[in-house]
Amino acid sequence: MSNATKHWEKSRSLLFITLIIWAIFSMGIFLFGAEMNEVTGPFGYPWTYWFTCQGSLGIFVILIFWFANRQEKIDEEFGFNEREDD
Amino acid sequence: MIKGKFIDNLPKVYGIYTGGFIGFIILMAIGEQMGMSAKAIGVAFVAFTIFIYALIGYLSRTAQADAYYVAGRQVPTVFNGMATAADWMSGASFVAMAGGIYFKGYGYMALLVGWTGGYILVATLLAPYLRKFGCYTVPDFIGTRYGGNLARLCAVIVLTVASFTYVTAQINATGTIASVALDIDFKYAVYVGLISILLCSMLGGMRAVTWTQVAQYIVLIIAYLLPVFWISNKMGAGFFPHFMLADEVARIGELEQQFGFVKNSAADLATVPKGLAGITKAHSAVNATPWAFISLALAMMMGTASLPHVMMRYFTTPSVKAARKSVGWSLFFIFLLYSSAPMLATLSKLTLIDPNLSTGIIGKSFAEVQSIDWYQNWNQANLMFISDFNGNGTLELNEFFMGGKAVVLATPEIAGLPYVISGLVAAGGMAAAMSTADGLILAIANAISHDVYYKMIDPKAETAKRLLVARILLVVIGFAGATIAAMEIQGILGSVIWAFDFAMSGLFFPLVLGVWWKRANRQGAIAGMVLGLGSAIWYLVWVRTGGSGFLGLSQLTFGIFGAGVSFVAMVVVSLMTQEPDKATQKMVDEVRIPSGKTILGRQH
Repeated sequence: MSNATKHWEKSRSLLFITLIIWAIFSMGIFLFGAEMNEVTGPFGYPWTYWFTCQGSLGIFVILIFWFANRQEKIDEEFGFNEREDD
Repeated sequence: MIKGKFIDNLPKVYGIYTGGFIGFIILMAIGEQMGMSAKAIGVAFVAFTIFIYALIGYLSRTAQADAYYVAGRQVPTVFNGMATAADWMSGASFVAMAGGIYFKGYGYMALLVGWTGGYILVATLLAPYLRKFGCYTVPDFIGTRYGGNLARLCAVIVLTVASFTYVTAQINATGTIASVALDIDFKYAVYVGLISILLCSMLGGMRAVTWTQVAQYIVLIIAYLLPVFWISNKMGAGFFPHFMLADEVARIGELEQQFGFVKNSAADLATVPKGLAGITKAHSAVNATPWAFISLALAMMMGTASLPHVMMRYFTTPSVKAARKSVGWSLFFIFLLYSSAPMLATLSKLTLIDPNLSTGIIGKSFAEVQSIDWYQNWNQANLMFISDFNGNGTLELNEFFMGGKAVVLATPEIAGLPYVISGLVAAGGMAAAMSTADGLILAIANAISHDVYYKMIDPKAETAKRLLVARILLVVIGFAGATIAAMEIQGILGSVIWAFDFAMSGLFFPLVLGVWWKRANRQGAIAGMVLGLGSAIWYLVWVRTGGSGFLGLSQLTFGIFGAGVSFVAMVVVSLMTQEPDKATQKMVDEVRIPSGKTILGRQH
């Protein structure tokens, strides 16, 4: 298997993991919106309310940075990293 | 000023700019103490900020195609993040979002989740690959990946339909703010707004828009956060509202129980001025079905990943790596405002309805409320209305009506903040609407000048001629948008959401499959774009003319249907026709590797 193919396979599994986390916090949890809202969550807000105000949004921010770092590691592993001239 | 060294000095330049802006706010505050009129402060804020943007636009003028189309591809990640955030957060986000949350509660919050979650799709599926591709515009990618002028033209059409729907709303918003702040007729204010927008982009294209958008982000985020923190502290709700408003949210729930949601009769409601709404939905309770919430969030997420004016911001970063990081920064800067909107809605609502607070009006007598200064002002501005439906002389929750915009525009005044804050908020709203309008007009004009004029009509055109065409188109599209905006067909938010649905119907799968599915070919992409957009428009018309729709997809989420059709059409037609040639397949392999030269290289 060529270097490029292996790189792409690893990148693709990173994509799937990222998209699964994305789907959970953008859609999955809201299947149980009504039930989840009965429980008190972070800072005393109801859980569902907190997710829509801050939780999901904040998780997305962290998720992108995590994804970007992981992808950079994969690129380096296969020697596809870009030169540091930015 | 804006030469090579400018890039190295960015933190310093914008640091000084931010300091200067804060100094200006303080100056205005002193002016207010010394008797400067409210109107003069409003005019000063809007005029001063527009002047600064125009100055940046002038300093960033350029005669080079690379600078005009992609800001020379040297915008650092953090600054590109700020510019994208300003590009992204429209007049609707700034002026109407807190109001939407205020009146519609949970069902509306799907938009917050959707408008942020979409960036995951941008970061993972598209932005880095399109950056590697090295295109100037989004149709540039479609045209090169699939080959042929027809595919390119289809992409230009989808882009224009979606962006144009969006831009009229933005010009409308600049007009609304300019007409209030400068006290001129809306008909003329729309054109004042348009000229301000064009001043930022005409001379320097993407480079000018980038640096004005960073400046606009700084103004809009200060204008949004300062009142939220101030009101929260003034009310004693907590010095950091985001983490400390749980009691206030619970208190609103309590008051809702106590007052109850009394339903008004149709005859009573007919007396309420158009555009105003009453509080009829619980603040923090779940009031939408899971599918209604999820489908709206999904539509907005896929739309986010298909809107060309956002995508093209990531063409300006120095590298593929920087494009990925930059998406993260964009979302971080967006998060700062979005996470504050629900807090503002909470503070604003409690300020008005809690009888224990001196500012609360529910439970007071009509005569008393009608004598309040701010009530008279906002009633006159057609954003507030009370009516004694049950004739008991006391204001009940169901007898109070407000326009969605008032949550952002009027709350500082209601909470007793000095007028300088209201002037600041007007400048912030103007910055938000202008920055988005600039990005959109540029996206349309660049697509037509680069993809239609240069790539199809006159491939031998010289740079000077290309840029002249681009600038003429910018003005023409701007005026077309302003003319339609002056007619006021849909409310600000309605047309914004339609733009997302149109974009995802036509562009989402052709873009994503272009990178992720080698087998996708020209015929498939054309079928995907044409049938996707066509079916979306058909569905929208059908629902608007009384059709029942299916799967619960409404006129806000019809993009899911359009994108579904687009996906099926693209896969089926691609598989039925010949696979793409070797060169194209090799190109896709190249796109997937971050290092090395861009695909288009020096073809421009």
